[in-house]
Amino acid sequence: MAYGVLFDGTRCIGCRACSVACKSWNENPAVIEKTPSVEGGIQGKAVVSDKTFTFMRYKEIGEGDDFKWAFAKIQCMHCLKPGCETACIVGALHRSSKTGAVTYDQSKCIGCRYCMVACPFGIPTYQWEERMPWIRKCTFCSNRWNEEELDHVPACVTACPTRALQFGERDGLIAEAHRRIDESKAADPAGVGKYVDHVYGEKEVGGTAWMYISSVDMTELDMPKLSEEPVTKNARTAMGTLPYYATGMLILMASIYFVTKRKQKIAAGKHEEKKG
Amino acid sequence: MKEMIETKKKFPWGTLILSALAFLCAGVLVQRYVYGLGAMTNMSDGRGWGLWISFDLYCGVALAAGGFTLAAIVHVFNMEKYHSVVRPAILTAFLGYLLVVLALLVDLGQPWYIWRMIFNPNIHSPLYEVGWCVMLYTAVLALEMSPALFERLKWRIPLRIIGFIQIPLIIAGIVISTGHQNSLGSMLLIMTHSLDPLWYTPIIPALFFVSAVAVGPAMVIFEGTLSGGVFGHKISREVFTGLGRIVSGILVVYLIMRVVDVAVAGELDRLFNSYPQNVYWWIEIVGGVVLPIILFNIPKVQQSGKGMFIAALLYIVLGLSLNRFIVSSIWLVIRPGYTYFPSWQEFAVSIGLVAWALMMFQIAVRLLPITKQHTEEEAKSEHGAPEATPAS
Repeated sequence: MAYGVLFDGTRCIGCRACSVACKSWNENPAVIEKTPSVEGGIQGKAVVSDKTFTFMRYKEIGEGDDFKWAFAKIQCMHCLKPGCETACIVGALHRSSKTGAVTYDQSKCIGCRYCMVACPFGIPTYQWEERMPWIRKCTFCSNRWNEEELDHVPACVTACPTRALQFGERDGLIAEAHRRIDESKAADPAGVGKYVDHVYGEKEVGGTAWMYISSVDMTELDMPKLSEEPVTKNARTAMGTLPYYATGMLILMASIYFVTKRKQKIAAGKHEEKKG
Repeated sequence: MKEMIETKKKFPWGTLILSALAFLCAGVLVQRYVYGLGAMTNMSDGRGWGLWISFDLYCGVALAAGGFTLAAIVHVFNMEKYHSVVRPAILTAFLGYLLVVLALLVDLGQPWYIWRMIFNPNIHSPLYEVGWCVMLYTAVLALEMSPALFERLKWRIPLRIIGFIQIPLIIAGIVISTGHQNSLGSMLLIMTHSLDPLWYTPIIPALFFVSAVAVGPAMVIFEGTLSGGVFGHKISREVFTGLGRIVSGILVVYLIMRVVDVAVAGELDRLFNSYPQNVYWWIEIVGGVVLPIILFNIPKVQQSGKGMFIAALLYIVLGLSLNRFIVSSIWLVIRPGYTYFPSWQEFAVSIGLVAWALMMFQIAVRLLPITKQHTEEEAKSEHGAPEATPAS
């Protein structure tokens, strides 16, 4: 059993209350842009950082009558098969099979930053300004809620005024997402509905705890286009072959050594004979 | 380098430049440990791994492959012909690994906690394997180097002990170091979507292995030519030609693997229409692999020291180093909104560490019986009387 959050882009109004709640709960300071930019529209140049675990991404999509604003809340996706967890040399990143949260334990970290490179969503960030820096990322508020008290949901979810964010058991959320899409289709005479028929995060990289449904394709909101195969698969296979590789190489090298040494001795013996 | 060769007898410009670079590096390192990584590198959340990982780790480990290839050629395959170049190759590998270790201690955010990897193992992490291989193989290389020191000090008992375990040690070294080359490739297997499809392949560990085996002898040709000029340590043409043939033979295998891999993935069309990635691929494969294969097999090139040097250099720079830079930086997607180009301090650290290694190499060659001919000369000129020739 694991939990997740469903983001419904058709309900989101882009108020950014979730971002504020996140900053507030994690005691992260505001980041003031030194040179304000309009790049990316109203959101400016928002990115996740060691002081910003989540932000609202805005996109202006379409023109004229088709014009619409689309939103996506960006934070750690809490993958079911996290690349960061497999990457981490010391096991500082760990997915709880009970809650589904991928959390970070700085008491194990050595600062190699492999997790940052391994994450398919580009989420883990680093305290670059610190002399002794740690990794920072969304914790799924795992220091806030537990299985017994599910009313203490992640801070961002509690702040959402339109219920665009819904917290719950992941399986239930998947069913709910498909129900919303299907209902909308049924209500539409054209049979299209207001959603794109895809639950982003249901299957991507083996599934993620955070899932998205929206009126636009999530890749238009710069979410990466990913296959269903977990990013950890090939690396785990490669690591699994390691004992066989080492044993094979050992036997191979030892046999080559004995064969060539023997040949050498035979050759030397023949040489001796000739001399004699 | 050429400058160094010419002016060696007049004034030690080479040593002076190397010392300057080494001290600049030391100064930058003070800045790094006092103010932190962010203050002196251009690394960011978008690009968490920079020049140090691409150059010092990825290229450094590969270019140290001469240690295990030559050890295997001479001690396992028992090709006695190459005996004279084993020690310089192992010394290079040892210094290369020391350089890697130092670079990692600079690059890690919390190097003082490196011991944590021993107590918090994640056996699924390719980096965990990399970490252990770096530690173990550096130790093995130190042991493989130790006879040179013991011979110099005339310590007979340790020399005999090392001699006794030499073959198991060398075979262990081969298993560990080839495992290390593989695992550097395995590290990239997690980057399923961020590494460009022309380079991402499930067989990338095997490609790393084969290309590293090939670069070992190529590095011996490269260094042998240079140190022949600097130290007067001449390596016979026969050895060079033989090494060239070994490199080209392995490169043919590598070339087939690279092309077949792209074909099997059904991405041959990318070689023509994925501009600008395909340009890098062609430069790497044609300039760094095909061209050296051709050059190493032309009799005229085999006869010319310069020709062999250029062929080896082409593979080292375009075939191997460019490849490692591509997979660990150039065509590894950067997070949107970020750019990366190394800061001067990052360059200073990378270059400075190489300067340290070169000076250590110089000192080691002068003090220890690394190249047989050289020590004889040295012994005569230093002590006025000929010393017993070390049995290497």
